Amino acid sequence: MPTDAVAAHGGHDHHHDHAQEQLANKVFGFWLYLMTDCILFATAFAGVAVNRHSYAGGPTGKDIFELNGVIIETACLLFSSVTYGFAMLAAHRNNKSQVMLWLGITFLFGLGFIGFEVKEFMHLVADGNGPERSAFLSSFFLLVATHGCHVTAGLLWMATLMFQMGVMGKPLNTTYMSRLTCLSLFWHFLDIVWICVFTVVYLMGVI
Amino acid sequence: MLGRLTWAAIPLDNPIEMGAVGLMGIVVLIVLGFIARYNLWVYLWKEWITTIDHKKIGIMYILMALVMLLRGFADAIMMRTQLAFSHGASHGYLPPEHYDQIFSAHGVIMIFFVAMPFVIGFMNVAVPLQIGARDVAFPFLNSISFWLTFVGMALVNLSLAIGEFGQAGWLAYPPLSELKYSPGSGIDYWIWSLQISGIGTLLTGVNFFVTIIKMRAPGMTFMRMPVFVWTILCTSILIMAAFPVLTATIGMLTLDRYLDFHFFTNDGGGNQMMYVNLIWAWGHPEVYILILPVFGVFSEVVSTYSSKRLFAYTSMVWATVSITVLSFVVWLHHFFTMGSGADVNAFFGISTMVIAIPTGVKIFNWLFTMYGGRVRYEPAMLWTVGFMVTFTIGGMTGVMMAVPGIDFIVHNSLFLIAHFHNVIIGGVVFGCFAGLNYWFPKMFGFKLEAKWGTRSFWFWLVGFYVAFVPLYALGFMGATRRMEHYDNPAWVPYMWVALLGAVLIFCGIVCSILQIVVSIRDRAKLQDVTGDIWGGRTLEWAISSPPPFYNFATTPTVADAEPLWDAKQRGTIERQARDHYEDIHMPKNTGAGFIIAVFAGIMGFAMIWYIWWLAILSVVGIILTLIIRTCNDDIDYYVPGEEVARIEKAHFLKVASLETEKQHAD
Amino acid sequence: MDHSAHGHSHGHVDAAGASHGSYTSYAIGFVLSVILTAAAFWAVMSHAMSPGATVTTIVILAIVQVFVHLYYFLHLNFSSEQRWNITAFAFAGIVVLIVIGGSLWIIHNMTDRMMPQMQQSLPGLQEQQG
Repeated sequence: MPTDAVAAHGGHDHHHDHAQEQLANKVFGFWLYLMTDCILFATAFAGVAVNRHSYAGGPTGKDIFELNGVIIETACLLFSSVTYGFAMLAAHRNNKSQVMLWLGITFLFGLGFIGFEVKEFMHLVADGNGPERSAFLSSFFLLVATHGCHVTAGLLWMATLMFQMGVMGKPLNTTYMSRLTCLSLFWHFLDIVWICVFTVVYLMGVI
Repeated sequence: MLGRLTWAAIPLDNPIEMGAVGLMGIVVLIVLGFIARYNLWVYLWKEWITTIDHKKIGIMYILMALVMLLRGFADAIMMRTQLAFSHGASHGYLPPEHYDQIFSAHGVIMIFFVAMPFVIGFMNVAVPLQIGARDVAFPFLNSISFWLTFVGMALVNLSLAIGEFGQAGWLAYPPLSELKYSPGSGIDYWIWSLQISGIGTLLTGVNFFVTIIKMRAPGMTFMRMPVFVWTILCTSILIMAAFPVLTATIGMLTLDRYLDFHFFTNDGGGNQMMYVNLIWAWGHPEVYILILPVFGVFSEVVSTYSSKRLFAYTSMVWATVSITVLSFVVWLHHFFTMGSGADVNAFFGISTMVIAIPTGVKIFNWLFTMYGGRVRYEPAMLWTVGFMVTFTIGGMTGVMMAVPGIDFIVHNSLFLIAHFHNVIIGGVVFGCFAGLNYWFPKMFGFKLEAKWGTRSFWFWLVGFYVAFVPLYALGFMGATRRMEHYDNPAWVPYMWVALLGAVLIFCGIVCSILQIVVSIRDRAKLQDVTGDIWGGRTLEWAISSPPPFYNFATTPTVADAEPLWDAKQRGTIERQARDHYEDIHMPKNTGAGFIIAVFAGIMGFAMIWYIWWLAILSVVGIILTLIIRTCNDDIDYYVPGEEVARIEKAHFLKVASLETEKQHAD
Repeated sequence: MDHSAHGHSHGHVDAAGASHGSYTSYAIGFVLSVILTAAAFWAVMSHAMSPGATVTTIVILAIVQVFVHLYYFLHLNFSSEQRWNITAFAFAGIVVLIVIGGSLWIIHNMTDRMMPQMQQSLPGLQEQQG
């Protein structure tokens, strides 16, 4: 707590410690937000689980899921998780240009994921298998699109950080370290959700 | 261009609604006129709208709750009046479609925009002070939370003037709430006001959890936290666990209505019971989100006004924790009649009854705290005693309804209505009034006048029983909820007694308003000079009333569950300002939270009326505001130690001069 | 309590209390994830097992992979700095189980109690009620 620090180090360090503590609180608060997000996804998963046979005469998972596309999407996310990890390692070495490089690569992988997902959705809708076809497809679209929206939000966030550090020249100080750390948690968390999505929705859907 | 919004959306043909709109318009005009007359625009913007001070945000929450209490009560008395007249050949003065909007709006407003802001207001006012912190963990987020709640409230009230409100009850069960059966704007108002304010509440939960876990004063271990802080910790957990479910469930209903999904529709394999299941998986924890904080308030009030340490602190804490955990496994008792088997019903019935045990522990703890204490019956204490009696009765009817067999008979009858008003009025409302009387001096620097407060309490207490005991009886006689007309002449006298009760409660509300008015008039006499007007036991009473904007000049150290009482006993309390204070790090005010919420409100309105371009623009507005805010590095400053010393000296001088005055008088 | 939690940087521990790994740890995590993902897809696409066994296998693989990600990518561990992160995660896990498991139990219990012909024509039945 601040007063201990004051007693020990005097004013200047007090300021520094306070900033460190705020950073720790931010990361912890963001982790809690992720836990609430986890419960949001759980509700969508509950919808998928309950409606897994509610085809209403429409197609089943076996009829429409293309696992090859899912493998590419999974690969995109896995690679992006590692490249984001490298960005964080560069950030801890205080090497901003490498951070920018790895963030850029991560961004492209994320964009690739979104691209394939949009393609899959457009394909399904064009075949008349959109969310309005059955409760099963409604639940599928809600869960996968919720994940997709999160990834898109992550991309927007990443672009913002790259703009702020690259174009506006913001330094890698505690503020930006905390932002990079939060985005890293967000990004890896979405990867974990995706593991559950491909297992429960796609793989179980085609068994 | 304007979607489905046309001039026809304004209910010009409905004199009651237009009257209400006119009244609200006049009130708004008077307030605006007052602001213009005294040129308070800059003051409002600088001191309130952009504030990220938890104390001011708390005051705004409570103010909003009080205003909305009037709106919600207007709905209530309209319903009671309708039912007193509308039997046999007479159909009363409210057509069914209007009556349906009134009971839906009454429930939504009372839960989301009275009870929630009230308890969140107390959290804001008291928690950082009780744990010896400068502010909450994320002050800017706190401002966003408040303004999102405010915008949700504004949307509900806007539905009175433009379009309509939902007619499907406060939880909007499908299929009635689906587009096919509710094509109007009413359910969409419901969806967007709850979605927007719900996100605000979720952020509040995260904020207060981090605040309590990470920002307690040195020495304040978990078992030294005030019970109110414990209840808010548990409430934050409940908010974080339950509100995402609400967001997702309302999201599914939104997709059903806007994009032809089939989650809860009749066709396409939809399942309405899934909605009921999910909404109560949020809804039951929500009930405890409301009641746990007021349990905390009562704990503070009982021990302060009994001048005694709270009886069995440890058991109080564990009772709170077990209620928190149990509240996640009881939600099916809201729909026993759905048709589940005996195993499911038995599980949820028993888990519901089990909750009565920790609640009973609490009641006995409060009673034993009073036992042998020097009890002072100030208004806050009266509300607490009234609560203990009323809530116990309500709890017992709740245990009755936890038996599936009984529930099958009284489900959706007026017995249920009587039961939950018994616990919500007897628990949450009484608790909010107790908290208001208790913390008012801390918020404003003068206490509430006791005479009108006592009158208000007695009118509310008697009025509650007169209004709701007949409803228990009517429930047994077969009267159902959400009914605007009936043919059984035997019910008529009970309905009239219930109306009389509502009128008594109205008198109670008038007394409360007078209490505030009289207190403002006599504020010099009622002033809280020392900051410890009730003989308090926790840290918020260790500083001046109202506290300086930085709260504590030096972070206190805690060695007891009742730090202030402990310090008073040992005589270690500070009686004069120190010579030297450290600089204090404070966040700067910002209008970003307000702007984000305004964009969110415009987005909600645009979605309700299918004005897609405006909805997209406002989402872009939200994102841009956030990005611009994150580009701003100039968000904090240091209060110089000399400034702190000046403020602290002024306070201690004031206290000292009061004490000399007293000695002279003696 | 947590007042020591804001720790002073030593080794690979940053101010948030989280260790931030190394190239090696990310590489190990990546290889493990690839193996686990490939195994899950192979189990399904090869039809080597009965449907029941396949479901069990891929669920176990998914759970293991979640923990691999948590450990190698999110750097979650049982150190004292992370106690609250772990607690929050465990609690969220319980709520997730209650929401999903409870919903499945409740809805299936109800569906099982409907008459068979009604189950088949569920939409039709609900149309009448609506």
